[in-house]
Amino acid sequence: MKTRSWLVAASFADLLFLYLPIAILVVFSFNASKLSARWQGFSLEWYAKLFTDQALLSATVNSLIVATVSTVLAGALGVLTAVALERQPFRWQGAFEVLLLMPIVIPEIMMGVAMLLFFVMIKLPLSLLTMIIAHTIFNFPVVALIVRARLRKLDPRLEEAASDLGATPWVAFKRVTLPLLMPGIVGALLMAFTLSLDDFIISFFTAGVGSTTLPIKVYGMLKSAVTPEVNALSAILVLVSMGLVAVATWVQRK
Amino acid sequence: MSPIQLGGGRWLIVPPAATLILFFGVPLALVLAVSFATRGTYGGIEWAFTLGNYTSIADPLYLRIFWRSLWLAVLTTIICLVMGFPLAYVIARAPQRWQGILLFLVIIPFWTNFLVRTYAWMFILRSEGLLSTVLSALGLTHEPLPLLFTDTAVLIGLVYGYLPFMVLPLYAALERLDPSLIEAAWDLYARPLQVFTRVVLPLSKPGVIAGCVLVFIPSLGAYVTPDLLGGARSMMIGNLIQHQYLVVRDWPFGSALSFVLMAGVLAAVLYYLRAGGERGLL
Amino acid sequence: MDETSTDASIVMREVTKRHGDTVAVDRLSLTIRKGEFFAILGPSGSGKTTTLRLLAGFEQPDSGEIIIEGQPMQGVPPNRRPVNLVFQNYALFPHMTVAQNVAFGLEMKGLPTPEIGPHVAEALEMVRLAGKQDRLPSQLSGGEQQRVALARALVNRPAVLLLDEPLGALDKQLRLEMEVELKALQERVGITFVCVTHDQEEALTMSDRLAVMHHGRLLQIGTPEEIYTAPASAFVASFIGVSNSLPGRVQAIDGQRTTVAVEGIGLVHAPSCTGLRTGAPVLVTIRPERLHLSRDPATDGYQNQIAVRVAKAIYSGNEMHYLVTLPNNLTWKARVPNADGTAKRFHAGESAYLKWRTAEAVLLPE
Repeated sequence: MKTRSWLVAASFADLLFLYLPIAILVVFSFNASKLSARWQGFSLEWYAKLFTDQALLSATVNSLIVATVSTVLAGALGVLTAVALERQPFRWQGAFEVLLLMPIVIPEIMMGVAMLLFFVMIKLPLSLLTMIIAHTIFNFPVVALIVRARLRKLDPRLEEAASDLGATPWVAFKRVTLPLLMPGIVGALLMAFTLSLDDFIISFFTAGVGSTTLPIKVYGMLKSAVTPEVNALSAILVLVSMGLVAVATWVQRK
Repeated sequence: MSPIQLGGGRWLIVPPAATLILFFGVPLALVLAVSFATRGTYGGIEWAFTLGNYTSIADPLYLRIFWRSLWLAVLTTIICLVMGFPLAYVIARAPQRWQGILLFLVIIPFWTNFLVRTYAWMFILRSEGLLSTVLSALGLTHEPLPLLFTDTAVLIGLVYGYLPFMVLPLYAALERLDPSLIEAAWDLYARPLQVFTRVVLPLSKPGVIAGCVLVFIPSLGAYVTPDLLGGARSMMIGNLIQHQYLVVRDWPFGSALSFVLMAGVLAAVLYYLRAGGERGLL
Repeated sequence: MDETSTDASIVMREVTKRHGDTVAVDRLSLTIRKGEFFAILGPSGSGKTTTLRLLAGFEQPDSGEIIIEGQPMQGVPPNRRPVNLVFQNYALFPHMTVAQNVAFGLEMKGLPTPEIGPHVAEALEMVRLAGKQDRLPSQLSGGEQQRVALARALVNRPAVLLLDEPLGALDKQLRLEMEVELKALQERVGITFVCVTHDQEEALTMSDRLAVMHHGRLLQIGTPEEIYTAPASAFVASFIGVSNSLPGRVQAIDGQRTTVAVEGIGLVHAPSCTGLRTGAPVLVTIRPERLHLSRDPATDGYQNQIAVRVAKAIYSGNEMHYLVTLPNNLTWKARVPNADGTAKRFHAGESAYLKWRTAEAVLLPE
């Protein structure tokens, strides 16, 4: 059956809508003009400026620390959760599943507010640590959801076959289930890493003095003066995202 | 057929459950508690029970913000649905190799930094921005256009931000739809519009509902988009909460606002689950 | 049969298994002998797969006892049972090569690595897959996957090999070949095979003995010939092959011969069966290939004869298949060899005489 041409045209318009603004950003990141809306020749000046901006570099380092640590924690907690939910039914499982979905569905602003209130009340100074905790909380349910979906799709007979061939339940899990889950786990970790790297609102509420991350820094730049530097930074961030999606897609395909 | 259970696996759930309850359940409960407390003289919290934080939401000033948020969220959802359906349909019907590429194209914005994507529209819509510059260069306008800091700008930003959330579940639902059903409808004399309303739409309903809920929820609670594209005149609930927390420092009122927002979100989620959801989510 | 005899490989005593409200296996008792090819035959939902899963240890009986190789299996997990299962869709580990799949069980047993290789090679040789050891399961054909599953189970030298619809996923041609090959393999390795199937032809061809199950119950157990020629119930008779039947009442029992009165037809005869009294409701059954069709009313050695009308004549190569209408409006099937050329064929609408010998009929209590 041939798909109707107006549908194809509408889809093309959608993709144009999604990509044109980003493309414009990237193009103008090479603009020599300080007044960024007029094209005044090609330049790499703004990229050069980025790499000498100390505050930006330290924000990048902070972002990477928070993203890495929270991803590792979210990965461990998420896989545990997925396995427990699928293989080890427990009392209050229904209630737990609702609570698990909450960090994903409630507005980020609410999550930020709750975290801020909590850390202030328990007198834990806002820092990289508080941010790591917050990021772990919004990331591990995501990992749990993705890994669980993958676990559900596995043929339960494979584990039975392992067990029939003499493997104990744990060995069957380690030798058969875990390797088959691995693409899902890696995909989930990449997703968590990206979510953490991109998060602004929750970081904004839980970051302390000196623990500024990249998105917080970008937000500051957008709020003050828009310079071509932001375009250059944006272009780099877009490239990083594309790389991460490409890796995630490739891993999932395997 | 019950899956094999892991011996001693009973304790697997303890670390995640403990983490979630301590660092998420408790903070949420705190917000609820504080929403019934009184604001202290210097912006702190006094534990004197009051319903005042909730009743003061009835102020027309705040109601207008709630109303705008709801209106913008609904509009965003409808526009995303109308824009997203053709794209999802085309992807689902594309040859296998193209499906992968097209999906990839929809997923990339999904993973791209939200601030950057919002900034792209600031760059385009600013009064000295790209659109203004191009239009005046073409001689169509003579003075800078007031595009940024309007509800329209916020709407564009929201649709731009959440369109992939609509396309992905729609695609998932449409991909499962057996093409021979459409052919059968044709064979039974249905016209294209009838094929759509009688076969395609009913069978993709779970995807439609999932997509709408996934767009509606973050739109309702949006903060970054109205903050950057809307400014002071286009505040949404998210901005009001942030304002109360970080500027006015009225935490009890901010908490009450959060809970009203959450009630709206949970209503949407409940609707979604009752409509047989969760399958289209991922 | 002596359940305690030392040549029993598997003994099930009064085994019952419920799944929610339905009884999947209902007080099942049977003995499977060492080294025999035993088939469990039944339609879907008959409890045959559950029986296999009970033997493999994936499910525990609600009551009753399972003994394998003299050991009670109560509470013994699948990984510690002396049985291996060939899964219905093979359940080959998709992330392991053929050799790694076959080596898995030996590794789990803790066999030293240098000893595993030769065993794996030997097992692959046995199923004619030598040279494919480094392929992934997804790179093999259905028949090859099936043989990997066999090798993966047999390499462990289990006391009993369980097979769950082993040929179900193969196309017809391959299935016929594998029936023969599987039987030959079983004779060569001398291991007890227990094979679950819904295909009566498969069960009859391969097994030394078979059990017919229906609704969780064991209906009959015996050699293929016993089951085919002397079905114990109407269900077995119809499940094992198409059978014609006539309901009636016992009129007289005369030693080896019972006379049955059939309403609208008259008297027919069948070999006696035990436990029937005069007046009891019975079914007289007879297979389509045992019927004779003739234009001549002479009895010529056939003790039973009914005047019928041919409703339909279907040419089927070496045979003619006829649907005939009896005087009581029942429709029977008859299969007649085509050897005599076209002259003797019947056409739809023709009258004819349906004849059979008493000894060819089977009498079943209703």
